[in-house]
Amino acid sequence: MSGIELSPAWTLIFGAALVPFLHGKARAIWVLALPLAGMVQLWLLPAGEFGQLQFLGERLLLVRADRWSLLFSCVFLIAALISSIYSLHVRDAVQQAAGLSYAGAAIGAVLAGDLLTLFVFWELTALTSVFLIWARRTERAYRAGLRYIVVQLTSGMLLLFGALQQLAATGSLRFEHIGLEGPGGLFIFLGFGIKCAFPLLHNWLQDAYPEATESGTVFLSAFTTKLAVYALARGFAGTEELIWIGAAMTAFPIFYAVIENDLRRVLAYSLNNQLGFMVVGIGIGTELALNGTAAHAFSHILYKALLFMSMGAVLYRVGTVRGTDLGGLYKSMPWTTGFCIVGAASISAFPLFSGFVSKSMILSAAAGEGLLVTWLVLLFASAGVFHHSGIKIPYFAFFAHDSGKRCEEAPANMLAAMALTAALCIGIGVYPAPLYAILPYPVDYVPYTGSHVLAQLQLLVFSALAFSVLMRTGIYPPEMRLVNLDTDWLYRRFAPALAVGIEALGRTALSGAQRLLGGAPSNLLAVLRRVHDADGILARTWSTGDMALWVALMLAAYLLLYYL
Amino acid sequence: MTLAHLPALVVVVPLLAAPLVVLVRRAAAAWAIATAACAFSFAAAILLSAEVAAHGPMSYHLGNWPPPWGIEYRVDALSAFVLVLVSGIGTASALYAWRSAAAELSRDQLYLYYVMHCLCVAGLLGMTVTGDAFNLFVFMEIASLSSYVLIALGRDRRALLAAYQYLILGTIGATFYVIGVGLLYLATGTLNIADLAERLPQTASTRAVLAALAFITVGVSLKLALFPLHFWLPNAYAYAPSAVTALLAATATKVSVYVLLRFYFGVFGLRLVTETLPMAEILLVLSLIAIVTASLVALWQENLKRLFAYSSVAQIGYITLGVSMASPDGLTAAVVHLFNHGITKGALFLLLGGVALRAGGATMGSVQGLGRRMPLTSLAIVIAGLSLIGVPGTAGFVSKWYLVLGAIEAGRWWLAGFVVATSLIAVAYVWRFVEAAYLSEPGPATPGRGEAPAAMLAPALALAAACVFFGLQTSWTVGSARRAAELLLGGVP
Repeated sequence: MSGIELSPAWTLIFGAALVPFLHGKARAIWVLALPLAGMVQLWLLPAGEFGQLQFLGERLLLVRADRWSLLFSCVFLIAALISSIYSLHVRDAVQQAAGLSYAGAAIGAVLAGDLLTLFVFWELTALTSVFLIWARRTERAYRAGLRYIVVQLTSGMLLLFGALQQLAATGSLRFEHIGLEGPGGLFIFLGFGIKCAFPLLHNWLQDAYPEATESGTVFLSAFTTKLAVYALARGFAGTEELIWIGAAMTAFPIFYAVIENDLRRVLAYSLNNQLGFMVVGIGIGTELALNGTAAHAFSHILYKALLFMSMGAVLYRVGTVRGTDLGGLYKSMPWTTGFCIVGAASISAFPLFSGFVSKSMILSAAAGEGLLVTWLVLLFASAGVFHHSGIKIPYFAFFAHDSGKRCEEAPANMLAAMALTAALCIGIGVYPAPLYAILPYPVDYVPYTGSHVLAQLQLLVFSALAFSVLMRTGIYPPEMRLVNLDTDWLYRRFAPALAVGIEALGRTALSGAQRLLGGAPSNLLAVLRRVHDADGILARTWSTGDMALWVALMLAAYLLLYYL
Repeated sequence: MTLAHLPALVVVVPLLAAPLVVLVRRAAAAWAIATAACAFSFAAAILLSAEVAAHGPMSYHLGNWPPPWGIEYRVDALSAFVLVLVSGIGTASALYAWRSAAAELSRDQLYLYYVMHCLCVAGLLGMTVTGDAFNLFVFMEIASLSSYVLIALGRDRRALLAAYQYLILGTIGATFYVIGVGLLYLATGTLNIADLAERLPQTASTRAVLAALAFITVGVSLKLALFPLHFWLPNAYAYAPSAVTALLAATATKVSVYVLLRFYFGVFGLRLVTETLPMAEILLVLSLIAIVTASLVALWQENLKRLFAYSSVAQIGYITLGVSMASPDGLTAAVVHLFNHGITKGALFLLLGGVALRAGGATMGSVQGLGRRMPLTSLAIVIAGLSLIGVPGTAGFVSKWYLVLGAIEAGRWWLAGFVVATSLIAVAYVWRFVEAAYLSEPGPATPGRGEAPAAMLAPALALAAACVFFGLQTSWTVGSARRAAELLLGGVP
């Protein structure tokens, strides 16, 4: 079992198991020490393959350290450290334990060299992260968590199913390029797609993330979806369908984000939109595009965490993140406001902020491949991002009309976490060379050329202008206290409606039959339930005679069959 | 006492322990004798398993009468594997009974309990080891009669009805089996299983053989609780004493599956069972129905013992599903699941027995907030539950893995999808426990803080640990199962 000890994943997972047994200072030191220890481990981890073992006659590869996996492990560890600092004030050990083991599982998945190991960690990320949602301890969060876990487990099942097809066809479980046409490719693609929040499969994200605790969402925003981006980049780079899927992903959440009132949900939509950029990069599949995807994932994890942290601080102090109830908080929380603006500038890809140096790579790759439509969609989406994340979030939370709410500045540990992240965002934006140095492929890309900067500034200025004009003229959709129904309409409204419809239909259809049969069951679901529940015919204690009758029937059936 | 006599001793020792216990009568001594006898069998079974793996099948001629005239005891890869399961669970259950049976039974009944325990284990071991079709019936009756008594010893008055129903149905099953054996004897003039397999292809009276197949199929299906012949099982498991539930759930149905495998592949032969007749298809359909309906029923149960009893019916469906594939991977899955499910269910029922002892019953209400009151027990139930679902790293995953591989190899993608998807129903019913134990506040029915007595907890935890151990270290289980599958498929041309 040589090599397993090298993986930071186990450090975090096993270390997290000890968190509930520690208290006070000891726990605080421990949760900070774990990601730091992981970083040291990662630093010491040479490129190569470790931890090969035989299981069920198949070769597993627990640790595959190459440029892709090391890059993602690195940013995951940074995110784990930041989230740990941010959640230091939390007294609830469940959150810290779940968050750290979740980070460990994500790192384990990224380092996995075969599909079975990937599947195990894939499911482990789901199982650990759901506790971050439940830690909110509200009925609403509980329900959202259940929906979340069902979706995530389904994604894992699809992955496993596809992996088995791979095994049957190729005799190997190694996780290399799969491609849609490969055996089981479609299932694995769907499994990855669910976790990556492809359009129509995205809903769990906006549903669950805003329901988690304030520090839980910071953890959540970093790992699950970026793990999926990593998996897609490995398995499906250059799959043309991804360009269209990604383009759709960048565009459609904008409309929802603009009308959404819950600011953390706005961020969830913009998370979805940012994933779209990465997916497009994977779809293009050139070295520049894949570098762009990796770089964007790196910087995205940081600025998205920063934005969620600032909103988490607001939630922690004010108790709500509804746009309608906030405003004017810059007076009470000046530091948080500043950090939020850094995050907003980064996500909007202002020059000198991290988003600019990574996103422009993807845009350049799209332009370089002559994908005009894609490029235009991405451009539109960039404007949209600036609009809803760059302006709307800080504006409604900290400025706009004064809500009259006065509160304390965020706790010191939150501010420290935000300051660290903000420093990284600006650092990457100003001096991208270290990031470029660890990208999967050699980089000869220069972000700060005159045309790049000018084009981006034009875009931002006009977007800002549009927002101001719309606000002034009152055309901008006002924030309202509504639950926006997205495709979750399918299961929140449509499915119950369908059930009612079927029931009605069944009633009508059966009413005739009912007269003949008398008291016939009136709909399908009810039949299923009635047959199986505690008093159902299949669960009841039968009389001995009935049981014996069945035995006789079975025997008769077999004998009859043989004589036929 | 040489190795050559072990095939007989593995059965004879617990069988002779029974009258010895009657003579001794004192509860403590009775327990010691029963446990020692089971432990001896366990050790013998492990030795036999190693011996068979190294040197091939062993044949023991009882009274030095050579087969096919005398009774032959035969230990091969398959029977050695089942012997280890049965004797191992028998030992764990006996250890557990020290405190558990003492709490549930009146003092003067205790020695009778250990008598029946010894007889039941001896009967099941005998069924496994014998190479004679009629001798198998005798051991089947020993095991069945003792298990009726064991179930009837349950504290709940409904245990009597459950035992009565099992008695009627079990007797029908055994009778059908013996009728089938009689018909085979009529057609071939032999009772030795290996000899039967040789003579059957030459026999002229196919009608009698077909009728024998039908009788044996229905009889054994009843004993192994294949849908729709499973209705005796839930109550029998739910109301029997805790140690008995674990013993029966982990071994009795599994040995019946073993008998089915022996007859389908070792006597009637692959060609008759799968090619001439649609037995595989029928078994497949019944298994699928069993998996879905029993899992759904489990979903709505309030009594946890009943819940896991229905889950047993579903899990047996997975085993017979593997049997119905009649391929190397399918049979490996069936045999390995027979073992893996045995230890998983054994662990679950032993743990639930601890809950029942502390709370006076194992219902959804009594496990609310159990995570805080009995942390070890709850954690172990969750681990065994994960094995039931088939989560990687647990024994259950290994079986599901081969089941899915078998389905894929046969080109039945839908079946592979079915196996993966139905695991989600198991997720749901195990989830109900997790939700009650960890996400609910303790209710009035929840026991106070404190675990079950160590004598009960230790064997239960050992089995739960085995669920994880055999999920990671698969060389022995999968190796034995694969050899057994090759044996079954190669046994009859």
